[in-house]
Amino acid sequence: MADPTARPLPPLEVERSTFSRVYTVVGTVIVFAFFTAAPWILAASWVSVLSNFFTLLIMATMWNLLAGYAGMVSIGQQGFVGLGAYATLYFAIEGMNPFVAIPFAIITCAILAYPITYLLFRLRGGYFAVATWVIADSAMLLILTVALLGGGTGKYLPGLTNLSPSQLDHDTYLATWLVAFVVLVATYFILRSRLGLVLSSLRDNETAARSSGAKVTSTRRLIYVIAAAGCGAAGSVLAISQPFVQPGNAFSLNWAAEMLFASMIGGMGTIEGPIIGCVIFFVLQQSLQNLGAWYLIIFGAVAVIIAIWQPRGIWGLIRDTTHFELLPVGYRVSERSLTSHRRALRDSP
Amino acid sequence: MTWANILIQGILIGGFYALFACGLSLMFGVMKVINLAHGDIAVVAAYAAVFLAPKLHVAQLWSFAVIVPLFAIVGYLLQRTLLQKAIDRDPFTTLLVTFGLSVVIENLLLEIYSANGQSVNIGELIAKSWQVNSVIYISYVSLVVLAVAVAVLGALQLFLSRTSSGRLIRAVSDDREAAQLCGANYKHVFGVAASIAFATVALAGIAFGISTEFAPTSGGINLLFAFEAVVIGGIGSLWGTLVGGVLLGVAQQFGAHFNLEYQTLAGNALFLIVLAIRPQGLFGRRVSVNG
Repeated sequence: MADPTARPLPPLEVERSTFSRVYTVVGTVIVFAFFTAAPWILAASWVSVLSNFFTLLIMATMWNLLAGYAGMVSIGQQGFVGLGAYATLYFAIEGMNPFVAIPFAIITCAILAYPITYLLFRLRGGYFAVATWVIADSAMLLILTVALLGGGTGKYLPGLTNLSPSQLDHDTYLATWLVAFVVLVATYFILRSRLGLVLSSLRDNETAARSSGAKVTSTRRLIYVIAAAGCGAAGSVLAISQPFVQPGNAFSLNWAAEMLFASMIGGMGTIEGPIIGCVIFFVLQQSLQNLGAWYLIIFGAVAVIIAIWQPRGIWGLIRDTTHFELLPVGYRVSERSLTSHRRALRDSP
Repeated sequence: MTWANILIQGILIGGFYALFACGLSLMFGVMKVINLAHGDIAVVAAYAAVFLAPKLHVAQLWSFAVIVPLFAIVGYLLQRTLLQKAIDRDPFTTLLVTFGLSVVIENLLLEIYSANGQSVNIGELIAKSWQVNSVIYISYVSLVVLAVAVAVLGALQLFLSRTSSGRLIRAVSDDREAAQLCGANYKHVFGVAASIAFATVALAGIAFGISTEFAPTSGGINLLFAFEAVVIGGIGSLWGTLVGGVLLGVAQQFGAHFNLEYQTLAGNALFLIVLAIRPQGLFGRRVSVNG
């Protein structure tokens, strides 16, 4: 029985971040300034590697949102990468500046993804996964039949000829980095919002989430559309960086493999995981670049090992051992208030 | 007469799809596992027929006599080690692991045998066919493959319904925990199911290598066709898979009749239509869709 005369316990404080929000904002500003200035600081070869890095980072972040949070394992996201690339090509053929076409390509992918969910959501788990692949395959086969878009051989993206090669590299990098930044910031705020709370509950236990009134299907639908838009954005900047758009490359299953392995190795269901996974991928790819497909074989094998023995990935391991949050999206009781709470409990008669 | 030819060729290729699909269907039925490396395992079998069989002094035509038992053993071992570990975690992990395996196998084949097309050489037999009339030719190879598919599906059906091992597999498939309480070692049963699945997919892979040219990247499209046959026919029904394979084959031949580019697209379209109006498939039970 509680003693009414006892002093009230100090309240438990809930916090999000391990450190002050000021550090997060200052850190973000520094990172943003560095990568925006990168073309003036780093060598040209590094800039092109970074460009590829951010393209993969966009895809991995989107796949992580889809699979790591919303529980939808898709192996068909390369379909939206390809559709994003081809939408950019289409708008460029119609006379639009390819860089201006990026947001239009993103919107196109989102609009296409919405009706697809009504078919896909009839299936679950493995069947859902293979069905996404069927959709991606069908999208590629449909594009192949369109002569305007170059059919099976592909087509150069028009509208970039007035830029010098170094200027094009420069602009492509900036576009890729800005898209990646927007995708990361948007994902961060989605996960911190009410939607993120629903997603986390879904990730942890779908049945419990449903019975607590979480709108599971409409949340999944929204996330699928967002992930399609994000992969479309990656495809769009990919088309500009190449700038030759070809079905076999734009719709390559390797995109699915890379985005999947990067999030698995880094740690699914965390924002930081795909970033770490992409860094590992690029270190591996750069050091094995003369050995053909070996980088993908090793990357895949590591992903399989991690999936079985360390399913929370590298970031999960770091977080479990250090309790450190770089980009916090959840809530937790602050250590300080917990200590004083415990002390008060112990001291009370 | 052209329509009759489309129908006949579709049925012939449909038998091949059913042979491909029965292993996928079995592994899903028993372990609730979609093996995303299914198509790539078939391609490995085809490579084994081309490169391993001559080393063992076996003619490529008869290579299945060595490769099919070999794959049954590999299937059992892979199931008892890597796949069982993944199943012990959750279905999500299983999907990621089999997808990882698929990518690793495909790129290993690419590194070892290059991207060049290969085919299993069976001599003059490949060109022999039975000419029904001026339009319709029935290739002996396709006919044999169809007969093998029907025989394998029939044998599998008999094995599952009549033998004690088959009953054990069905018991574990229906309720793993109850079967375990009755003394069944479900991990061993999973291994047996995987070894049957790997044996059938090896057979399908060799048949595939005989009928067309293949490359390391051929696995993906085979998985898609097998999967489409399973979903069209209805998840969990072996004869449904045969009907699904035949319908898929006919749809593809129908598309190819108008334009070769529409061949796969027509099959995909049939799959999506079935998904839209009858998601449990033609012969499936409604409950099995959400597995």
